[in-house]
Amino acid sequence: MSDLAGFFAMGGYGAFVWLSYGVTLMILVLVWAASVRRLKRNERALAEMEARR
Amino acid sequence: MKSGLKPKHRRLVFVGIAMALLAAATGLILSALRENIVFFYSPSDILAKPPAPESRIRVGGLVETGSVEKPGGGVVRFRITDTAMTIPVSYRGILPDLFREGQGIVAQGRFVNGAFAADEVLAKHDETYMPNEVTDAIKKSGQWKPDVKGTK
Amino acid sequence: MKRLDWFANPARFLRLARAVQPWATGIALTAAAAGLYLGLFASPPDYQQGESVRIMYVHVPAAWMALFCYTALAVASAVALIWKHPLADLAARATAPVGAAFTFLALLTGSLWGKPMWGTWWVWDARLTSVLVLLFLYLGYIALNGAFDDPARGAKASAVLALVGFVNVPIVKFSVDWWNTLHQPASVLRAGGPAIHESMFAPLLLMALAFKAYFVWVLLIRIRAEIAAGKIRAARLRASGDAAP
Repeated sequence: MSDLAGFFAMGGYGAFVWLSYGVTLMILVLVWAASVRRLKRNERALAEMEARR
Repeated sequence: MKSGLKPKHRRLVFVGIAMALLAAATGLILSALRENIVFFYSPSDILAKPPAPESRIRVGGLVETGSVEKPGGGVVRFRITDTAMTIPVSYRGILPDLFREGQGIVAQGRFVNGAFAADEVLAKHDETYMPNEVTDAIKKSGQWKPDVKGTK
Repeated sequence: MKRLDWFANPARFLRLARAVQPWATGIALTAAAAGLYLGLFASPPDYQQGESVRIMYVHVPAAWMALFCYTALAVASAVALIWKHPLADLAARATAPVGAAFTFLALLTGSLWGKPMWGTWWVWDARLTSVLVLLFLYLGYIALNGAFDDPARGAKASAVLALVGFVNVPIVKFSVDWWNTLHQPASVLRAGGPAIHESMFAPLLLMALAFKAYFVWVLLIRIRAEIAAGKIRAARLRASGDAAP
């Protein structure tokens, strides 16, 4: 257990290290998700347009 | 415009010339501003051309080995060196974790009567990264060179 | 009308995108898993900076990608201005927000690394300031690109901005050599080879590979979205043209 606590403490720099990794992961996932959502929305709109024609 | 060129080539030449002019202009501006972009001065710079006592400046260099004293009351005294010239520094406040003897630092404050009164001390490290075992091995083999890059 | 015609049949690009995308996804996730394992568990602390050196494995790849994306943005903008290939406009427009995200991450993780090591969140030295300018260039590009009713005019204006702003890329890269900065000089691309021990170099390179593959992966998705948007726009224009007498 103390090994794990030591790992999260990162020699006293835990807050800085984990915040760096956490924010990086969050932003990369958000950019990816926004891109996928926009692709899905445009493809759906395009398909509806072509079905109407 | 030369009439013999296709529009595509004309645009290529135009963009090329515009980029070259832009690069030249930026280079001129940056070299003109060179003095103002300097983040800190070395002890040699400051002793050669002492700044006005009321102007706030930064001095960068190494913490001279054996010079750090803590007389109490949160005050730290040390000497900062670029290996050619040395300036005494006094500071009261929190030191960064990397502050130690032989370390590159940048201090901000005023240079008055041959001594530097700092109100901020920042640590500067070099571009080398390695584990402790490696530095121990290098020290044991006598190849260790103290960091002088911090003075750059 | 060459630009709109292209949207009628970007089949070759879409085929390529569909073939490349699974590879980019696979490389990004695999390299990130390996890089995170090495970076967080299986690499030693630094002799000076201790465990805080692990921030390097996200900070440095993000900063590299910030410069790489801007270079890609400038190249795509030049191709769009000179040869007027519609794909170049789309690639530039799709790159900018990703590059802005990388630049923001480089600044943020750098701040989180600077506080414990240097003793400050931020200083106005040449490196940090020029990277902040890089972020503003990305944001300016995005704003200008969307500022016109006619997307072609927005594309042209923002492409000019992207090219003008490219002068900042060498300034960011060489700021640490040209001026006294608090930021240290380059560790990897330097005369005399990398100054990073191999046990730390491996996670750094893996994370850099992961970031680059992530960029390809997301960029392909974004360009596909732009192509679909272009097709919608072309169809609307055709419909309004048909309606006219």
